[in-house]
Amino acid sequence: MNIIRYIIQKEFRQIFRNKAMLPIIFIMPMIQLIILSNAATFEVNNIKFGYIDNDKTSFSRELVEKFNASTYFNVLSDYPTAKSAKSAMLNGEVDVVLEIPQYFSRDLIKEKKSDLSLTINAIDGAAAGVENVYVSQIVQQFNSKIRVGLMLLGTPEAQPQLIETIPLFWYNETLNYKTFMVPGILVLLVTMITLFLSGMNVVREKEIGTLEQINVTPIKKHQFIIGKLFPFLILGLVLLTVGLIIAKLIFNIPMVGSILLMYGYTIIYILVILGIGLFISNYTDTQQQAMFIAWFFMVIFILMSGLFTPIESMPEWAQILTEFNPIKYFVQVMRMVMLKGAGISDIFPQVLKTLLYAIVMNGLAVWSYKKVN
Amino acid sequence: MNKENAITVKDLTKTFGAFTAVNNISFEVGRGEVFGFLGANGAGKTTAMKMLIGILKPTSGIATVANFDVISHAEDVKKSIGYMSQRFSLYNDLTIKENITFFGGIYGLKKTDIKVKTQELIEELGLHDEANKLVGALPLGWKQKVAFSVSLLHNPQIIFLDEPTGGVDPITRRQFWEMIYREAHKGKTIFVTTHYMDEAEYCDRVSIMVEGKIEALDTPKNLKTQYKVDTMNQVFLKLARNIE
Repeated sequence: MNIIRYIIQKEFRQIFRNKAMLPIIFIMPMIQLIILSNAATFEVNNIKFGYIDNDKTSFSRELVEKFNASTYFNVLSDYPTAKSAKSAMLNGEVDVVLEIPQYFSRDLIKEKKSDLSLTINAIDGAAAGVENVYVSQIVQQFNSKIRVGLMLLGTPEAQPQLIETIPLFWYNETLNYKTFMVPGILVLLVTMITLFLSGMNVVREKEIGTLEQINVTPIKKHQFIIGKLFPFLILGLVLLTVGLIIAKLIFNIPMVGSILLMYGYTIIYILVILGIGLFISNYTDTQQQAMFIAWFFMVIFILMSGLFTPIESMPEWAQILTEFNPIKYFVQVMRMVMLKGAGISDIFPQVLKTLLYAIVMNGLAVWSYKKVN
Repeated sequence: MNKENAITVKDLTKTFGAFTAVNNISFEVGRGEVFGFLGANGAGKTTAMKMLIGILKPTSGIATVANFDVISHAEDVKKSIGYMSQRFSLYNDLTIKENITFFGGIYGLKKTDIKVKTQELIEELGLHDEANKLVGALPLGWKQKVAFSVSLLHNPQIIFLDEPTGGVDPITRRQFWEMIYREAHKGKTIFVTTHYMDEAEYCDRVSIMVEGKIEALDTPKNLKTQYKVDTMNQVFLKLARNIE
């Protein structure tokens, strides 16, 4: 036990002595949290909208005015012809083009129907889908207003339809994107820092030759690994704390669930990451190799975590792979506990899998650390 | 097995793939002896030493250090030996005191013992003013002296030194050998590799390794007589050249 204490003391001394490392460990993740949470948004805003008005009546102008009034659209330009609109889209000046046909208002009044043609730049398919919904909503609003208008003009067939759905948004009433993103990004930062620090650590001692000196001492393998893990566990928890404070103070993220549960789970989770880090460290000879391998896993873990793309939409084989992604569980638990107020029984499957993962990875870390070559 | 031997090596071999780094070597080192382990670069000295200190597994053969088998009882061997590698192996970003505390700690010394040892060591080396300085800021010669002292913290019976005086000035080298002799007089066994043939003259016995094999093993005096030369340098050159 005492021996472990001496390793921990030495690791902390080295961490705090390294004046260049401290800001990297604490300041950089906080800057990332603040910037990413504000910038990495999937909300589709400021859509570049153009139109071709072949009708030029009060009706068509009213329709365009509806787009102008919407906060989602930046009404850019009135294109004289479809051809000019096409070249504008090619140049990226416009993303959505609405073409109002000639006789739009005449058809609406006489035939009670008219077609609009809509062209959307769908290179980003997800955004295009959202843009389509926005346009449809505005056209529908316009539609119902016209119906009422026409009814007042005495057209009996046009009955106003007043079926409306009123959605209730649970857990994130204001549909604030940051409420969704901040817990996730915090997870990434805690993961990155702890993985990289632990991944570099043992291999660094290999590079400078001190590991050989430690290997000729009678130290036990588990003493060495525990002594190495513990300081980074503390660092990870400090990082989580600072991140949670920022989440509360700057982003006003609701924290419905138990803070204690969050920390309890985080401890198990960080042990998984540190186990992976030390495992990498044991199998590499240089910090450079360790860095590349850590990045390889980090990128896969992040992109398959369900943070940026829903896991449910992934192909089945990829969904199976995500079972081995610790970040997935941490993102789920953070969102469940922070936003939904989930209790221990709700996150029990995640806790169990993470615990199992921690045992396996740290077992591998102890096993792969060879005092004798 | 001779109880009086600190180190007994029999038919020790280490191969890396097709390359034989250490080829069937056998020797014994008596208690309290200063044993010089010589050889050209790449002759297999460091590989042999790593097997003796229990961080490299032999391919075949037997080695006993402090009456413990280096394969089956590597951890017991480690309690009985001190080791100083040719690569400087203290932490440059810790002070002298902190390095002593750390290594004393992982050898399982008591807190009070570490304090006493630290005081002793600093006094012996005359490093009062430097005790709280980072090791990285010390000149190489001092670093090596500190590293040697740190390897003695747990009072080991056998001390392995792998080119301890590489790159060190002649005065410091002399002081270093005085430290080695002081430990030998206390009854400790010294196993030292070196490239300096004048240092070989200080040893009780030397072995000369050439291409993985021990080609000569005797007292410096006997070796010089045997090869009919005046210095160890000439003995070494004769042996190394014969192979080429």
